[in-house]
Amino acid sequence: MPETKIPVLETKKLGITFGGLKAVQDFNIQIYEGELVGLIGPNGAGKTTVFNMLTGVYLPTEGSVLLNGEVLNGKKTHQFVAAGVARTFQNIRLFKDMSVIDNVKTAFTKDIQYNMVDALFRTPKFWKTEKELTEKALDLLDIFHLQEKADWLASSLPYGQQRKLEIARALATDMKLLLLDEPAAGMNPTETAELLECINTIRNRFGVAILLIEHDMSLVLNVCQRIQVIDYGQTIAKGLPEEIVKNPKVIAAYLGE
Amino acid sequence: MKNKSVTAKGYLLNTAVLAVVLIVFFTLAATLGSTGEFKLILAPSLWQCCYLVILSASLNLVLGFLGQLSLGHCGFMAIGAYAAALLSLAAQRAGIFTDKSGPVFVLVLLGCILIAGILAALVGLLVGIPALRLKGDYLAIITLGFGMIIVNIINNLPFAGQNGLAEGSASASLYKNGLGFGTASKVTYIWVPILLTLLSMTMMFMFIRSKYGRAIRAIRDDEIAASASGINTSFYKVFTFAYSAFFAGMAGALYACANATLSTSSFAFTNGGILNSTFIVVMVVLGGMGSLTGSMVAAVIMFIVNYQIKNGSWVDALPSAVQGIFAYPMLVYAIVLIIVIMFRPKGIFGSYEFSLIHLKRDFLNHRAKAAAQKAEKKGAKVHA
Amino acid sequence: MSTFIQALAVGLRLGSIYALVALGYTMVYGIIRLINFAHGDFIMVGGYTMIFTIPLVLAIGLPVWVSVIFAIAICAAVGMTTELVAYRPVRKTGTAMTALITAIAVSLFLENLAQALPFIGPNPMVASQIFSAGGFSVSGVTMEWTTIYTIVISAVVMVVLYQFTQRTRLGRAMRCVSEDKEAATLMGINVNHTIVLTFAIGSGLSAVAGLMYIGQYPKVFTTMGVMLGLKAFVAAVLGGIGIIPGAMLGGLVIGLVESFTTAYVSSSMADTFVFLILIVVLILKPAGIMGKNVGEKV
Repeated sequence: MPETKIPVLETKKLGITFGGLKAVQDFNIQIYEGELVGLIGPNGAGKTTVFNMLTGVYLPTEGSVLLNGEVLNGKKTHQFVAAGVARTFQNIRLFKDMSVIDNVKTAFTKDIQYNMVDALFRTPKFWKTEKELTEKALDLLDIFHLQEKADWLASSLPYGQQRKLEIARALATDMKLLLLDEPAAGMNPTETAELLECINTIRNRFGVAILLIEHDMSLVLNVCQRIQVIDYGQTIAKGLPEEIVKNPKVIAAYLGE
Repeated sequence: MKNKSVTAKGYLLNTAVLAVVLIVFFTLAATLGSTGEFKLILAPSLWQCCYLVILSASLNLVLGFLGQLSLGHCGFMAIGAYAAALLSLAAQRAGIFTDKSGPVFVLVLLGCILIAGILAALVGLLVGIPALRLKGDYLAIITLGFGMIIVNIINNLPFAGQNGLAEGSASASLYKNGLGFGTASKVTYIWVPILLTLLSMTMMFMFIRSKYGRAIRAIRDDEIAASASGINTSFYKVFTFAYSAFFAGMAGALYACANATLSTSSFAFTNGGILNSTFIVVMVVLGGMGSLTGSMVAAVIMFIVNYQIKNGSWVDALPSAVQGIFAYPMLVYAIVLIIVIMFRPKGIFGSYEFSLIHLKRDFLNHRAKAAAQKAEKKGAKVHA
Repeated sequence: MSTFIQALAVGLRLGSIYALVALGYTMVYGIIRLINFAHGDFIMVGGYTMIFTIPLVLAIGLPVWVSVIFAIAICAAVGMTTELVAYRPVRKTGTAMTALITAIAVSLFLENLAQALPFIGPNPMVASQIFSAGGFSVSGVTMEWTTIYTIVISAVVMVVLYQFTQRTRLGRAMRCVSEDKEAATLMGINVNHTIVLTFAIGSGLSAVAGLMYIGQYPKVFTTMGVMLGLKAFVAAVLGGIGIIPGAMLGGLVIGLVESFTTAYVSSSMADTFVFLILIVVLILKPAGIMGKNVGEKV
């Protein structure tokens, strides 16, 4: 592990309390560029809560989040995205009444340079930007084999493709860290295999750091370089996949003591 | 697949057809301008249609595209109407113009309308701020409250007041002074509402079909996902409220011109008449939440229906019970509204936009869909 | 000082009417998350029912207040019909916003229907005296009996209703449905029945509020419920919608704000202050004074 480099994501003693309940405490993680780390744990362990703190949806009550060394505490969600964090959601959240391509183009918004005047007068800058965006969006959709369906309404896509579109939209934010919240949930084995392929493509092409929450153990063991396990909001193990499967604490947490 | 040439062609075609229609209209207006029907009915109707179109389309930005129910749209209109009226009166008293003609008056008129819009937009900013923390029902009730507060404050202003600007400021209604128009001037200045409507609609379309439109539709569909896609939801929400209020303010100024007397009761949440915040909601819902052209069509149709119910000679031929119902057109609209919402929750046209270049495509699509449905009924599995 | 006490009395009386109407809003909102805009118009329905039944009741030789029972029954019936005919179908197909628009449409429908009906019409009708007139005087301040009746009746109704939701089987079912419809179904509660019953109770309450209103201003007209309903809704939101004690608190706050504004500022500014208070409270505490903030689950 390249210890000297600054990690893309680093959290220090991150914790959150909901009305006296310590949902997550003392959560420390480092993820480096190009790494794929798995975050696993039983239901209700606090995995999604971690994601929500890493994207500004929840305000952590203690600790800090650093992205490439920059402290992001107290920022809003869109500022986290601007800093380079993108995510997908456990229960798919697409812009249902918008076309597939507009879903992706929406995620470019923060980087679009034209202003209201350009939009109102349809300046060459406007046309040029919109044309580039369309091409970029189609490129992204191509990775997920969604290019033919660019004009479809997002809600009319089959389930597996909705998940993929959500990942495509996240990629469009031009992020450094991608958070995937149970991307394989509800998928059949074929779809999961396709997803695996996509995740590998993303890593090879974009070289981003990925943090993955997943229940499908075979998927996690297959793709993740490191795994961190939490239970009742506390980290109970972290390490290489082969270490994690043998860890007695992890086995106990999953199978019950 | 969308590409630029089709879009550009679409703009060209729509503009060309519109230009032809306008040329025909203004030629007719120039020839018929002084005669009865045009002067007494068509011209005043056009004025009304124009501000109704702007109102419903501008509310659609908030209701259909941003997905927030605003029940105080008439409040912005009231601000525009009173601002324009008072400004024009002040300009007249300052001696900038004396009678309602000449280039100076036109400049004052357009200036007043613009300032009316800007003032309404500023208040729109204010109303947009609660929208940052509240949504859905809570926001609806807040906008309703704002609408009432605006009207209440205007009522209590010593220089505006309830009695149609008669007290305190000017000696009489706007017919004599300021920017109110009688029937003759309405014909002379018929280009003003038409120009403003065209400009406003264009500005709204350009807004919707840009990153702004995408951003606010994303917020409507899923606010959390929108902010997780890097959209500054606060900015876009407040901006949309202000942008929408800007047009409502200009529509208010047109209203002041067309009606020549002002009374705050016209801008209430509901009232006996048809112009109120609820009625604008009705127009937007009927036209389709998310369709600007739908709003235009709905506004014009509602105006015609309303006009016919009140003035059509065919009404006299109806049984008296039906006439009794027609005395309260809101009763009919309420029933229509409930039925439309039940069967087409997004309004009659949904988010469909009319476009000349797409008429053929949409027609073909429609037939293809019908064919597909037929095939599906036969048992074949058809994917769109 | 006497102005103060007078304003206090008026505020409490107004507040208890608002609280009573707010209870109806809160119960319905708690259970189906819908601002029932038509609720204010149920008051109007109750008012007209009383107008038309009082002569009948007197003719039979019963006391005047019996007409309130008719009003409650009619209001409950109108409320249940509204739920069955308009709200339920829309709830199935639409979103929260379309449901709200439907509620506004129902409100418009009721108001305009009343105006279009030949035996009602747009002109106000004068109601006969329901509460005994007069009052008593304490240290120079006259307290009208109406004020006392209003406050007492609404306090009793509220306490009974609160106990009903806390203690009875049906009340528990209502609270259950408002917490979680699916879980309630699994527990064997008939959700649809519970919702209809909530409408019946809430609308029945509006008839009682109508009685109070007429007791104060003996006039009935088709839009009498609009402002009353709106302010009562503001009261419900202010206290924390869905919470019964919140509705009482909110009602009293709104009543007091209104009466003190009228007494010390200007009656034409009363509505402005009511809505200003609402805006300020909601910005500071989006779930209302007694409400708990529940964020959207991500």
